[in-house]
Amino acid sequence: MLNFSDLLPYSHLLLQGLWVTVVLTLYATLGGVAIGTACAAGRHYGGKALRGVIGGYVELIRNTPFIVQLFFIFFGLPAIGIKLTAWEAGLLAMLINLGAYSTEIIRAGLAATPKAQVEAARVLGLNPRQVFFRVVLIPAFEKIYPALTSQCIIVMLGSAVVSQISVMDLTYAANLIQSRNFRSFEAYLVVAAIYLLFAILMRQVFEWIGRRVFRHRRKAS
Amino acid sequence: MKTTFNTLKRGLLASIAAVGVTLSLSAQANLLSEIEDRGVIRVAVPQDFPPFGSVGTDLQPRGYDIDMANYIGEQLGVSVELITVTSANRIPYLQTGRADLVISSLGKNEERERAIDFSNAYAPFFLGVFGNSDIEVSSPEDLSGHTVGVTRGAVEDMELEKVLPADAMLQRFEDNNTTLSAYLSGQVQLIATGNLVATEIAERRPNQAPVTKFMLRDSPCYIGLKKGEAELQARVNEIIAQALEDGTLNRISETWLRAPLPEGFGS
Repeated sequence: MLNFSDLLPYSHLLLQGLWVTVVLTLYATLGGVAIGTACAAGRHYGGKALRGVIGGYVELIRNTPFIVQLFFIFFGLPAIGIKLTAWEAGLLAMLINLGAYSTEIIRAGLAATPKAQVEAARVLGLNPRQVFFRVVLIPAFEKIYPALTSQCIIVMLGSAVVSQISVMDLTYAANLIQSRNFRSFEAYLVVAAIYLLFAILMRQVFEWIGRRVFRHRRKAS
Repeated sequence: MKTTFNTLKRGLLASIAAVGVTLSLSAQANLLSEIEDRGVIRVAVPQDFPPFGSVGTDLQPRGYDIDMANYIGEQLGVSVELITVTSANRIPYLQTGRADLVISSLGKNEERERAIDFSNAYAPFFLGVFGNSDIEVSSPEDLSGHTVGVTRGAVEDMELEKVLPADAMLQRFEDNNTTLSAYLSGQVQLIATGNLVATEIAERRPNQAPVTKFMLRDSPCYIGLKKGEAELQARVNEIIAQALEDGTLNRISETWLRAPLPEGFGS
């Protein structure tokens, strides 16, 4: 009944697809968290106008489906002269998506920093930059780190949708393989297993980074 | 009461016999001369398959097949009686003698050839690569360096994959509409699809009408005839050849398919 050897001729497709998913996830995670940090800081400390703009962005992205955002970027934007390749459109959609979600996660971390901690740092003579990065941001990240990790993994899993605009990611490979040999059970099972392993690996990497970044603080507490 | 029933039964039997005689008579006669004697040709056309045949706002059938039927009637010098059929009953209509010709975007295959006869091809029906007029592509080799949009798993996907040069790209989309959107939004300049899909794009966006670049698989439409009507078949073929020659067929194609006949059609 089941025949996994039918997938062997297509293993290069799976590997290529995995590579595309890995690269997209890497860029989207780095860029998305950067966007999120900047927007969270803007929303927390900024003026009314900036807070309003960021609030609008966050609500717009968090309250519309990812696939609609993706289709809008790929099929809609060319109408006003912005033509992105499928890969660029996929990455952009992932970036703005993770950016919006991580803004809210990171903002929660910033808001949870006790005021007295900031005041103490100022009294000790740290400049505002030092206060933000060392006294506010790193403890904020430490608090929300598990939630942020999960959000990045969700975006990685959600990247499967970019196959709909012909980005040749892991899901695209599975779709193509099952349309060729009609082994849908085997193809999707194997791809699901690859996603699962990748998600577990991602969590491990995040934990490893977390242990290094928050090392001194863990010892202190 | 009983007498009435008997009269009815006798009348019924008589009419069945009469129908039988008529049927056997018409089977022996040559259908072409019968049509000419009758002054009417009965043509089975589709009513649910635009642009080949559909019902217009005036409730009259219109389309490629209807124009073809009228042209044949004109050339034979007889009036045309259109019978609207579905794809399931178009061949039975022919076999039972209720239609003289079936002009209903009929494709040819072995099974059908055992049941009915076919004329020469009268309408193009094919899978091909289509694209913007400013892209110079006329064969699979020319695709090198280009990207072609296609619906994943469709016949044209498989056919194109066989002939695609190594440095050409296939961008596969989930369904026909997504492939169309990719072409219409300019994300791909070339698409592999059926010529009717290309017609649909031309209808919706005349300024982006895709041009046929080359064919992937050709399965044109033929006119169906009852088996063994060699005279009618020869005459229909003659009329098709004439329509090809004098540009009538090309005109019909441009009207309904929004594209000229593909190169080498009918040869």
